[in-house]
Amino acid sequence: MSILLTDISKNFGAFAALNHINLEVPEGELVALLGPSGCGKTTLLRIIAGLEHTDQGHILINGDDKTDQNVSQRGIGFVFQHYALFRHMTVFENVAFGLRVKPKRDRPSNEIITKKVHALLDLVQLDWLHNRYPDQLSGGQRQRIALARALAVEPSVLLLDEPFGALDASVRKDLRQWLRNLHHELNVTSIFVTHDQEEAMEVASQVVVLNHGKIEQQGTPSDIYDHPANAFVSRFIGQTNVFDLENHESDWLQSAGLLSQGQKGKIAHVRPHDIIIEKSINNANTLATLKDWQHLGALIRIELVKNGANKSSDASIFAELPNDQFKDLKLVRGDKVNLKIRHAHWFH
Amino acid sequence: MSRSSVMPGFRPTIGFTLLYLGLVVLIPLSTLVFKSFALSWDDYLHIITSKRVLSSFRVSFSTALAAASIASLFGFITAWVLVRYSFFGKNIFHALIDLPFALPTAVAGIVLATIFQPSGFLGKLLLETFGIQVAFKPMGIVVALIFISIPFVVRTVEPVLLEFETTMEEAGSSLGATRLQVFTKIIFPNIFPALLTGFALAFARGVGEYGSVIFIAGNIPYVSEIVPLLIVIKLEQYDIEGATAIALTMLVISFLLLLLINLLQLWVRKRSGQL
Repeated sequence: MSILLTDISKNFGAFAALNHINLEVPEGELVALLGPSGCGKTTLLRIIAGLEHTDQGHILINGDDKTDQNVSQRGIGFVFQHYALFRHMTVFENVAFGLRVKPKRDRPSNEIITKKVHALLDLVQLDWLHNRYPDQLSGGQRQRIALARALAVEPSVLLLDEPFGALDASVRKDLRQWLRNLHHELNVTSIFVTHDQEEAMEVASQVVVLNHGKIEQQGTPSDIYDHPANAFVSRFIGQTNVFDLENHESDWLQSAGLLSQGQKGKIAHVRPHDIIIEKSINNANTLATLKDWQHLGALIRIELVKNGANKSSDASIFAELPNDQFKDLKLVRGDKVNLKIRHAHWFH
Repeated sequence: MSRSSVMPGFRPTIGFTLLYLGLVVLIPLSTLVFKSFALSWDDYLHIITSKRVLSSFRVSFSTALAAASIASLFGFITAWVLVRYSFFGKNIFHALIDLPFALPTAVAGIVLATIFQPSGFLGKLLLETFGIQVAFKPMGIVVALIFISIPFVVRTVEPVLLEFETTMEEAGSSLGATRLQVFTKIIFPNIFPALLTGFALAFARGVGEYGSVIFIAGNIPYVSEIVPLLIVIKLEQYDIEGATAIALTMLVISFLLLLLINLLQLWVRKRSGQL
């Protein structure tokens, strides 16, 4: 089901958590609400769920105005960061809860409930744990049970609040992939909140970047990475080198090739992989010195210092190279290098 | 067992525990048991099956049970209010809860007797409008015991309620549960073991309570005479054997009842996955 938010605002005292948010989520999408902590992303999710009331604006799910409806009536599934499983119930009873609390006329029979719960537990591959209590499960298992519980009531919309936030890195990676596959299988419109740009890019089909209670950009992961709408998005998504033209000598930038396509703004953002490094043959007139490098697996991250600049204005420049290319260059710390900037995003 | 255990200090701490348990609890209580050996079995049975003693047992345990039940309900609501809402004067309210702990129980008894006696402020009201007499009846004992035991319930339930994850309630609501279903199916089962502990403490306190009760109960034999008072009466008559016989019986019954409550609590915890 599609979700439409019009002009949503929310204040906590004098603090404006959300500022005139307009957002449309088409049916079947898996959307990430991405932003730094305190940007209002969780508040927005809770407002869609009905766990929080909006000060103004409307929430429409599949065209129905849900703004004044109680959370229990909205037909949404909500997955909490810290799982919020019912501690006093077995895994089975946790998943069955949503079916058992239905009004008598809508409540399925016991056999149907049993069948459905086992089917859901199969879906999250944890049917063998149905007799356990939440305290006896690992974090990853708990989160999958929480998801099964939310899916039991066949929600029109699935909302996940930092679903992998409390898990360790390797489990998180597995679950991301798993959630993506599950979404392909079920195709239920889903929104999840995250502060991890990598997670958003990896899992979501659409990313919404939020900052200070406002939407900065909405688009597919590649849209947002390749065409950031503003400096905030560019900095927040992936690593970037910032060249402020006022603080850099233009002849240095000229030689680095940044200005070859013309100057299109005051500030240039350059992705690390858009910098090409060449070893200097004669050590004369070089642009930078290799300060350090780190092994990132398939890539090497190289930290460079600009040559001949006034030190005060200079942050390190980061470039990334595939592992084997770096080996071919045979660089050691302190080597003088030339660099070429292939592409930049310009902002004012 | 020469390997050092993970948690050091087991031997000295268990030693101290046993020493103090022995000095403070076991030696006095075993003295009671040994004293009662002076009585023959027939004498013992004769003393405790006398009509006055039996009715005092009935009064003591039934009023303690009733008071503990009512105090559990009131105490739960009080704890709920203290944890869930913020209001003006909450800190004063907090201090008031603990007052029955500190107040000499006799003072409480005298005050309650004054207002609940038929000519007293509340006693008159109740007698004239509903025809209920509180003071000098078992109901008076119940009132006094509720007063004494409410803080036990409040202070055992409060921390558990405080720790309760409210996201569990939100999860319940998001799954379509009504407010009532959230309370009965999620909140209450999680609080119940603590409430049971509070009930047990309130009950134990009620069975042993003396000071506040004797002022409001009227101490009419066969009607509103409690066991502790009967023990004191026997002692004042230098009937030491009689007093020990009653005391021992009281000890055994109280122990069995508390054991039962503890087992019940264990069962509840196990059933709800808390153990």
